[in-house]
Amino acid sequence: MSRARPLLRRPARLGLAVLAVLALAAPAKADAVVADLSSHLVAITTGFTGESVVLFGATDGPGDVVAVVRGPDSEVTVWRKSKIAGVFVNTESMIFGGVPKYYAISSSRPLNEIVVPAVASLYRIGVGSLKFEPRDPIAPDRVALFSESLIGAQQRAGLFATSVGKITFLGERLFRATLNFPANVPTGTYLVEIFLVRDRDVVSGQTTPLVVSKVGIDAAVFDFASTNAALYGLIAVLTAMVAGWLSSLPFRSR
Amino acid sequence: MDIYLPIAELSVDFFLLLGLGAAIGILSGVFGVGGGFLLTPLLIFIGVPPGVAVASSANQLIGASVSGVLAHWRRGNVDFKMGAILLVGGLAGSIVGVWLFTMLKRVGQAELAISLCYVVLLGVLGLLMLIESARTMFRLRRPGGERHRLHQHNWLHGLPLKTRFRHSKLYISALLPIGLGFAVGILSGILGIGGGFVMVPAMIYVLGMPTSVVPGTSLLQIIFVAASVTWLQAFTNHTVDAVLALVLLIGGVFGAQFGSRFASRLRGEQLRLLLALLVLAVGAKLAVDLTARPAHLFSVITDQG
Repeated sequence: MSRARPLLRRPARLGLAVLAVLALAAPAKADAVVADLSSHLVAITTGFTGESVVLFGATDGPGDVVAVVRGPDSEVTVWRKSKIAGVFVNTESMIFGGVPKYYAISSSRPLNEIVVPAVASLYRIGVGSLKFEPRDPIAPDRVALFSESLIGAQQRAGLFATSVGKITFLGERLFRATLNFPANVPTGTYLVEIFLVRDRDVVSGQTTPLVVSKVGIDAAVFDFASTNAALYGLIAVLTAMVAGWLSSLPFRSR
Repeated sequence: MDIYLPIAELSVDFFLLLGLGAAIGILSGVFGVGGGFLLTPLLIFIGVPPGVAVASSANQLIGASVSGVLAHWRRGNVDFKMGAILLVGGLAGSIVGVWLFTMLKRVGQAELAISLCYVVLLGVLGLLMLIESARTMFRLRRPGGERHRLHQHNWLHGLPLKTRFRHSKLYISALLPIGLGFAVGILSGILGIGGGFVMVPAMIYVLGMPTSVVPGTSLLQIIFVAASVTWLQAFTNHTVDAVLALVLLIGGVFGAQFGSRFASRLRGEQLRLLLALLVLAVGAKLAVDLTARPAHLFSVITDQG
């Protein structure tokens, strides 16, 4: 089993960890919200089918908590097809920069009940608040169309959240949430942003990193394929040939 | 049971891949086609990025073809001389093909060009084979039908550099297989496939080879074309997923053994009729995909980094 899960399995240990966080946070009184993850590494191993990380923390009083998980930024090209002579062809494209490879969100209450749109937009809370700027500025109506299509495509691929995850409060100040990462989660350094919301505005926040990385044989294969490409190709060819020969042996005698 | 593919960067069900490999392997053994023209679209369908799908199918083709050639060889159904000459043309052609592909990509419509190439090629080939094999079967059913003409000679066979291919019972110009290999090589460069589904009908109808030696000889040629494509892809694009290829292979190599066994029980024209139907089905599917309104007009390509 994976390394990040034991905390999920043992609520007692999680409770202790939360208490430890509280013990540290309470005397300082500096931060209105303190949170951490059960693991800062999502390890992709052979047989990886997705993974869960527990987010837990405490607030200094009543309020709502929103957690945003953002993957590393990348540049994407959005293509639009249209019909030419009966055939659908890629005709129009737009390049967007600063698009997260992954975006998920959790909240203790429905987003529209706890934050006003301007605040959501400012802190990029919720898929609907994501705005992407094209690399080459074009007519604004086209930008909106392409930007929305980009979000839709990422949602279909399971990379952008289609729903808001649940953050549950244990009492008035302790909260926890389970962040689920799908099997196709992109690798890279993620940021988990935790916002404390009161009176429809963000009053405090904390950011904690999370690394999604291949480990073990898969990481070794990937590294070898990119650093020793010629040798890797040769090995791939030879392996296939040997496998073909080996498999024909049992059939020889008959 | 899921398995994570390190280069494709996704998890796929292990047994789904195994079954896919076996199905392609059976095809490869029966018809002597690599099956790349089916495997690549299927891999893309289950979520493997197109570049990785093309490169990794080439990798698995090597193993499946080695296994297939050995099986055919034991039955004496491989013409090594013909295979070597086809290969000379094939390697030269694949270099030209890869260069053409780069050009198409620069213009921005490589994907469209590939689909159109497939539709035309598969449609024409499938129809020709269907008509011919159906006609042969019909003729054989009637008593007293002519059976004993080995193949028809035309002006192409009379070009210079006449060579004897004892295994194929042919005495034809060596320029013919070299030219055929070259043309198929160009296609494999552009389409990223072994080219068996073009090679097999051409060997039967253009060269006039006996159907029994065609699959083994075609597979022999595919081993080397697939090996060169795999290495080039691994070296330039880092898109060969060895784990994916290996799992496909495990299913594929055994499939190929059973396939070639099955093939020796079928008559030539039956084999050709089946292949014709398969080729037509794939061509029709691609044609529909090109003209039907896609479910989503927008597609997203994430750049690395």
